[in-house]
Amino acid sequence: MAPAASVSRLLGAGVCAGPLRPRLLQSATPGRARPSGRTLASAATPAVREPEGSIDLNDRILNEPLKHSDFFNVKELFSVRSLFDARVHLGHKAGCRHRFMEPYIFGSRLDQDIIDLEQTAAHLRLALNFTAHVAYRKGIILFVGRNRQFSHLIETTARDCGEYAHTRYFKGGLLTNAPLLLGPKVRLPDLIIFLHTLNNVFEPHVAVRDAAKMQIPTVGIVDTNCNPCLITYPVPGNDDSPPSVHLFCRLFQTIINRAKQKRRHMEALYQLQGQEEPGARGLTRPPWEDLGHSWR
Amino acid sequence: MAAPCVFWGAAVSYRLFLGSRVSLALRQGVWKAAAAELQILRLRHTTGVTAKKNVAALKRETYTVDFIKKQIEEFNIGKRHLANMMGEDPETFTQEDIDRAIAYLFPSGLFEKQARPIMKHPEQIFPKQRAIQWGEDGRPFHFLFYTGKQSYYSLMHEAYGKLLDVEKRQNQLQAKGLFSEKTKTKDLIGSRWLIKEELEEMLVEKLSDQDYAQFIRLLERLLTVECSAEEEEFVQRFRRSVTVQSRKQLIEPLQYDGQGMAFSTSEGKRKSAKAEAIVYEHGSGRIKVNGIDYLLYFPVTQDREQLMFPFHFLDRLGKHDVTCTVSGGGRSSQAGAIRLAMAKALCSFVTEEEVEWMRQAGLLTADPRVRERKKPGQEGARRKFTWKKR
Repeated sequence: MAPAASVSRLLGAGVCAGPLRPRLLQSATPGRARPSGRTLASAATPAVREPEGSIDLNDRILNEPLKHSDFFNVKELFSVRSLFDARVHLGHKAGCRHRFMEPYIFGSRLDQDIIDLEQTAAHLRLALNFTAHVAYRKGIILFVGRNRQFSHLIETTARDCGEYAHTRYFKGGLLTNAPLLLGPKVRLPDLIIFLHTLNNVFEPHVAVRDAAKMQIPTVGIVDTNCNPCLITYPVPGNDDSPPSVHLFCRLFQTIINRAKQKRRHMEALYQLQGQEEPGARGLTRPPWEDLGHSWR
Repeated sequence: MAAPCVFWGAAVSYRLFLGSRVSLALRQGVWKAAAAELQILRLRHTTGVTAKKNVAALKRETYTVDFIKKQIEEFNIGKRHLANMMGEDPETFTQEDIDRAIAYLFPSGLFEKQARPIMKHPEQIFPKQRAIQWGEDGRPFHFLFYTGKQSYYSLMHEAYGKLLDVEKRQNQLQAKGLFSEKTKTKDLIGSRWLIKEELEEMLVEKLSDQDYAQFIRLLERLLTVECSAEEEEFVQRFRRSVTVQSRKQLIEPLQYDGQGMAFSTSEGKRKSAKAEAIVYEHGSGRIKVNGIDYLLYFPVTQDREQLMFPFHFLDRLGKHDVTCTVSGGGRSSQAGAIRLAMAKALCSFVTEEEVEWMRQAGLLTADPRVRERKKPGQEGARRKFTWKKR
C-alpha cells in the first residue's frame, strides 16, 4: 500500500523536518552556560568559555537517537488489537464526515464511519516517535483539548509527565501575541498535541491555525469530522469515547516519560565515558540494549 | 549621639511613605540605588530586535525580588533605630509600637488616615507581584502556565479532582451496599463565600465575573455531596466568617433608689441636643424636663406627642414617671433626644419581644441626620443662586 510504504520510509529516515531542527536545537541546550536571553530577571551573565569536550558531548547526545529508526521502541506500546479494544476505530455518522478524512476511513457500517486501524497504527507510530524525540531534546509539549469530559484527565496526564496542558478557553493571541499575554521573553511550546481538534462548537480549534502560523509542529487525533490539513502528524482515531482518550493519554504519557528517562541515562553514560576516556567514540548500538533494561 | 541621628535620617527616611503609594520624590531617591541595574535592563531591551514594545507591562511598576529584599533589610534597620530613639528595646518592638512612635514623632492633622506618614513592612506597602514564571531554560514552572490564568485554573482543577474523588468513593460504597443517604447540616450560617476581590488577591490574578461565578458554583456542588474532612477543609479555605451583628439592644440594668422604687437611666442625642432620662417603674405618667413639667417646657403639641410616643406604643401611658435633663439644640431636637433616651430606658422594664418591636418601629435608633454645610457658590446646602438667562 502506497501510504504504508511512504510512512515506513519516513520512519526509517528518523525524525524532524529540516527547518524545524535549528529552532529545536537552540531551545534544547540548557547544559550550556551561554546567556539564553530567555529570562528577564537574570542580568547580563558573563560569557563562560565552554570546554570543547562538553560541546562535543552534547552533540553526540543529541545525534545518537537520530541514527536509529526506532530509538524509543514505540512499536511495542500498542497493537492494532489494542486500538480496536479501545474503540479507536469508531467514527461519527456518515453525514458528519469531513472530505479530507476520506483516505483514512476504512468503510461505513450502518451509516457509522469506521477508521482504518492499519493507517492509524502507522500514523500513531510516527507521532509517538516524534513526540519522544521532542521530549528527549527537552522541548516544551502542550496538550490541548476542548472536550469538557476529558479536561481533567488531560491536565492530569500533562502534570504527570512534567509537561503542560491547555484545556480551557483559548484566548485569541496566546501563541501569536505571546510576549504581550504571557510575558516579554516567554518560550513557546515546541510541540502541541491535540487530543480534540475541534472546540465546543464543532469548529477547528484556533490553536491548529496559530501553531501553523508560529511554525510549531502539531500532533493531533483527528476524528472523521475533523480537518487534518494543518496538523503535522495527524492520527486518525476516535476522540469521543472514554477508553480511546484514556488509551491515547496513556500512550503519550508513557512515551514522554520514557524519552526523558532515556535522556537522563544518555547524559549519565556520556559523562561517565567522558571521564574515563576523553575522546571516546559514541555507541553504535542503541544504549537501552546495553543497559539490559526491559521496556516490556 | 550625632552619628546615630544622621544614620536614622538616611535609613528611616526611605521607609516613610506618605500614604499607600510610593511618592515620586522618595521613589527617585530609592531608585538611584537600582539605577545601574535599570540601565542594564534598558540596554538589553533595545538590543533585542524581536521583543515588541510591551505597553501593558510598562503600565505596572515592577519591583524586582532584590529590590524588595533590600527594602525589607532597610525597614528592619530603621525599626531598630526607631526603637533606640524612643528608648525601647529593639528586640521587642512591635508594629503597634512603630505606629505609635511615628504618630508621636510626626503628628499630622490630615483627615485622610491613609495620607498620614506610615512605616510598615514593605510587603504591606508594595503590591504583591508575580515572580518570573519560568526557569533558566525557559520552561515554565506551572503546568497550566500556557492557559494565562494558571492559579485560577489549577484551583478549578483541584476542586474538580476532589469532586471526582468523592463521587468515586460514593460509587464504591454504593457497590458494596453501604451507602447511606444521610445529609449532615453544615455550619454555613455565620460565614460567607470569598468575594471576587478577595479571590483575586489570594491568587494574584485578574478574574472575570463568570470565572468567579463558575468557581463558587463548583464549591457549592462540592458542599452538596457528602465529603470527608480533607474536602471540608479545602472548601472552608474559601469561606470567611461574618460578624453577626448583635441584634440585642443593650438593656440598661435596673437601679433602686432610697424608697425601693426601681428606675433606669439612659441617654439620647438628636442633632446637637443631648438628653438624659430617668424612668421610674411605677408612676402616674408625669414627665419633668429640667425640673419643669413637660406641658410648660414644650408648649407645642408635636413635641409632647414625641415624648408620649414610646409609652403609647407599649400601652403604658400613665404607668411610668420620667425625670429628664436636656441641653443644646432646638425644641424639636430636644424632644427627639428625650424620646430616644426614654425609649432606651424603657427597655429594662419590658419583654424581649417588645424590645424587638420597639427596634423595628425605629424608637431605639439614633437619628443620624445633621445639618449639611453651606457650600460656596450656592446659596445654601443645596439651593443654588437664581439662574439668570442673561
